[in-house]
Amino acid sequence: MKPAPFRYADPGTLDEALAVLSAEGEGAKVLAGGQSLLPLLSMRLAAPTTLVDINRVPGLDAVEVTDDGVTVGALVRHNALLSDDAAAGVQPLLARATANVAHPAIRNRGTTVGSIAHADPSGEMTSVLALTDGSVTVATPSGSSAVGWRDFFVGPLETSVHGPAVVTSAFFPALPARSGTAFAEVARRKGDYAVCGAGVVVTLDAGRRVERVRASYVSVGITPEVHDLTEAVAGKPVDSADWAAAGALARTLVDPDTDIHASADYRRLLVGVLTERTLADAAAEAAGRAA
Amino acid sequence: MTASVDTERTITLTVNGVPREATVPVRRLLSDALRHDLGLTGTHVGCEHGVCGACTVLVDGDPVRSCLMLAVQVDGHEVTTVEGLARDDSRGGQVLHPVQEAFRECHALQCGFCTPGFLTTIAAGLEKRDNAAELTEEEVDDMVGGNLCRCTGYANIKKAVHHANAAMRDAQ
Repeated sequence: MKPAPFRYADPGTLDEALAVLSAEGEGAKVLAGGQSLLPLLSMRLAAPTTLVDINRVPGLDAVEVTDDGVTVGALVRHNALLSDDAAAGVQPLLARATANVAHPAIRNRGTTVGSIAHADPSGEMTSVLALTDGSVTVATPSGSSAVGWRDFFVGPLETSVHGPAVVTSAFFPALPARSGTAFAEVARRKGDYAVCGAGVVVTLDAGRRVERVRASYVSVGITPEVHDLTEAVAGKPVDSADWAAAGALARTLVDPDTDIHASADYRRLLVGVLTERTLADAAAEAAGRAA
Repeated sequence: MTASVDTERTITLTVNGVPREATVPVRRLLSDALRHDLGLTGTHVGCEHGVCGACTVLVDGDPVRSCLMLAVQVDGHEVTTVEGLARDDSRGGQVLHPVQEAFRECHALQCGFCTPGFLTTIAAGLEKRDNAAELTEEEVDDMVGGNLCRCTGYANIKKAVHHANAAMRDAQ
């Protein structure tokens, strides 16, 4: 299990990185944390002609927190985001989800933006980008532009980004007022790929009644999706809302696949269970924040 | 300036406190560079795709999977392998790291294949925490949860983590 031969560059600026990507053509691939890419290379599921390592590019390792949201640079490791209290204060889903990303040793190296660019349906942060209605910034030789999550994710391990480009950051909008979040997974071993995971956001109205409920799932479907579960519990007082009904609704909305780890039916069952469980937690948090 | 695009590179790094140099194909994994180019066979290579944790080493003090890094990526960095955990004593010998001592004490290894990865991971985990603070089972699970052991059933490994933490606390 060794990677096939490739060429390697570790440019010192973003412009140089884009220049190398342009010069090396379609077979070139960006390397950041490498925690998903290196296994693909070793298993020879991917054989890029050139790796462009962006780890020496300055300015990509910052987490910027404003009232509007959190911007995560392409070289921010999962563990750095996990321990960023300011980021968690503005968007609590970031710390809650990164705590479920792989094992600590992998979080030390793997990057949040890298796992988004990898677009694995079993990735946590792809779901969180969708659930928070986030976007990524894509740098190309002709300039940088923001791409919303709906336009970014195209298929499993596939994004709308083609040609010489580097995803330089991801933006996660702030949690709205009177809202709470929760994130939970079922995995064979803590830190392994989730058989099923769920992230939810519950928003209450001024009278502490349920105003809006949204959920996004991990390892369910081929690209991240956000499901609106509001109709199952709309207008109900937060303390007596029937979260199981929202879980039942979620089961009818998802379209999971069967694989070696779980059947589609089992995944659908987990969607219901995790939805009910996380919504209760998120609602309690929303009630606390609305008080 | 244009970045150079190479198929082979000469890297310099510090391994277990010793400056080392190696010329490697750019596709060489760090795990293989440590074993084949630098002769440090204490780092064990299990699954080679980041699942088993046997190849875990410390890069600039943090545990990472050495099979999920390229050797060229540690150019200029500091790497600690299992061989670097023991310290020289004043009589020309070596004294085991408290985690190594605890593994021996608690019978936390059987075949020993996974042990280097556990030792580096736990050593870094315990060195980063306040050893006087209570060590919860959840914290221990999180610390060793990324390492597979097929012999012990983990009970004695977890016991060793507590044992080592207590020894490190008492030594402070």
